[in-house]
Amino acid sequence: METTTTIKPDERESVITTEQLTKRFAKFIAVDAISFSVKKGEIFGFLGANGAGKTTAMKMLTGLLSPSSGKASVAGFDVYKQAERIKQNIGYMSQRFSLYEDLTIAENIRFYGGVYGLSRTTIADKTGALLQRLQLEHARNALISSLPLGWKQKLAFSVSLLHEPAIIFLDEPTGGVDPITRRQFWELIYEAASEGVTVFVTTHYMDEAEYCDRVSIMVNGRIEALDSPRGLKERFHASTMDEVFVTLARPSA
Amino acid sequence: MRTIAYLLQKEFVQIFRNKQMLPIIFGLPIVQLLVLIHAATFEVKTVPTHIVDGDKSGASRHLVERFVSTGYFTVVQFSESMKLGEEDIKRRKATMVLVIPPGFEKDLLTRGAAKVNIILNALDGGIAGIAQSYAAMIIAGYSQEIQTEIMSIAPPSAQTQAAASGNTMLAVRNSFWYNPELNYKHFMLPGILVLLVSLVGLFLSSMNIVKEKEVGTIEQLNVTPIKKYQFIIGKLVPFWMIAMFELAFGLTLGKLIFNTPIVGNVGIIFLSATVYMIVVLGLGLFVSTVTETQQQAMFIAWFIMIIFVLMSGLFTPIESMPPWAQVVTLFNPVAYFIEIIRRVLLKGATFGDIERQWWSLVAYAVVIIMIAVRRYRKVSD
Repeated sequence: METTTTIKPDERESVITTEQLTKRFAKFIAVDAISFSVKKGEIFGFLGANGAGKTTAMKMLTGLLSPSSGKASVAGFDVYKQAERIKQNIGYMSQRFSLYEDLTIAENIRFYGGVYGLSRTTIADKTGALLQRLQLEHARNALISSLPLGWKQKLAFSVSLLHEPAIIFLDEPTGGVDPITRRQFWELIYEAASEGVTVFVTTHYMDEAEYCDRVSIMVNGRIEALDSPRGLKERFHASTMDEVFVTLARPSA
Repeated sequence: MRTIAYLLQKEFVQIFRNKQMLPIIFGLPIVQLLVLIHAATFEVKTVPTHIVDGDKSGASRHLVERFVSTGYFTVVQFSESMKLGEEDIKRRKATMVLVIPPGFEKDLLTRGAAKVNIILNALDGGIAGIAQSYAAMIIAGYSQEIQTEIMSIAPPSAQTQAAASGNTMLAVRNSFWYNPELNYKHFMLPGILVLLVSLVGLFLSSMNIVKEKEVGTIEQLNVTPIKKYQFIIGKLVPFWMIAMFELAFGLTLGKLIFNTPIVGNVGIIFLSATVYMIVVLGLGLFVSTVTETQQQAMFIAWFIMIIFVLMSGLFTPIESMPPWAQVVTLFNPVAYFIEIIRRVLLKGATFGDIERQWWSLVAYAVVIIMIAVRRYRKVSD
């Protein structure tokens, strides 16, 4: 699944930009002055070992955590002053499961569609389309708790796209799912990207890193490398992203 | 407004889909009213009594007879030794020892006065106090009866002595207002209703909000454009409604089963409950902001509840607490609502009568909601 896009990322507008973005907790600096930008429609891989600061950075960009210093804008809105405007324009799927286990598929869709302000008819249309795309029509009234993990993840991803956000943030979306479902999941990601949605994704699977247009690797709160997977492999004289990652992340591990 | 409607819809679906919820909503009031109301009574039915009759005279037998005939005292042992009596208390066989010393009848007849000794196990001060007052009443009745007899049969010297000692009889007759039969069930029911709505409000609301944290869905909600106030209304209104239903249900049960008097205006009770539930739910929201798991929330809620209930005047009158504790009860919303509901139900208090308590609850509601709302944050630091 190599990307065949011919548009050079740099010619597109930036939808996420950060400058010296920093998060300090009482004892340590979780995110240390990171600066980068993500272009519209790009699949941006955000890599790093556990505790490198990926989730903290992502929480600042989604308005869940206020930054200590630095600048950041998401979808054209400032993370300090316009956090609520950002929320209308982004989707988010966390590594912790985000749908309600005790609601049915249809009820989850209705709820999330409702709080994003979609009209009743839009919600009904979207529910039908979503279930059809995922081939889950028969499970419309099944409780989420009764579904296998792979289905849940695909569903959570689709629900986070309901309100047609400009950017979607995915925090380790494929953790714990089987290789086939992961492949299907990435097909969904490509589909979204082809429709112009910017995808910001963290992962621990290096084969998934290969699917990204560009990849940044965080080590100890800093971005140590940022390039296309091919560029990174050339720079570090590695044959796989796995080698690149281990070379960079080892000192901290 | 639409967002709140979607939040409420989701909450109600979840609440009523929870299999434990309906038994809690309907079972809790029934169990509390039917069981707790009988347990939470201060009537002391039978005091196990050891009787040491050192006199074995007509007068002493007459006195013992009076004790037994009231039905409040059951004789576990007759003896002639104080030692045996004390042992029974130590071995918890008896709660009270009635000691009639030798020469009881003789003293009565010659001096017009005699001593009896009552020893009580005061480990449970409540029972001891009540047993003591029963005993005092019986002895007073006996002495009054005997006094009349002495007056008529005793030699003049004894008569003058009795008169000289100022032993003129004062008959005290009590009349109990507002609860003439001293029916503890009528007294306890309003308080237990308060306990019921407080439990429902505090536990269900705090655990419900913390559950979103525990399973991680709160993060998903926080990245949506849901506003803070919408979230809070969406979370608290369902439990407010459930608590109001519980109150109505409990009052109905009380009326049907115990024929609890409803002297005052029920509207005042519901008006007060409206504000009181805002206080309780605000506390629930506060608890959810300081905890991360349902277990922690339950522990903190339980801790708050125990203190509020024990210091509310539900089981022990506030008037008999030490002054510092009475000051503490001024900060206890449970105490205010219990006072309101008791006074309205049993005394028929008007709004004017309970206005001070009502405004205290309003002030409490404003403060607690402000604190809880400030603490609940969509964006963390």
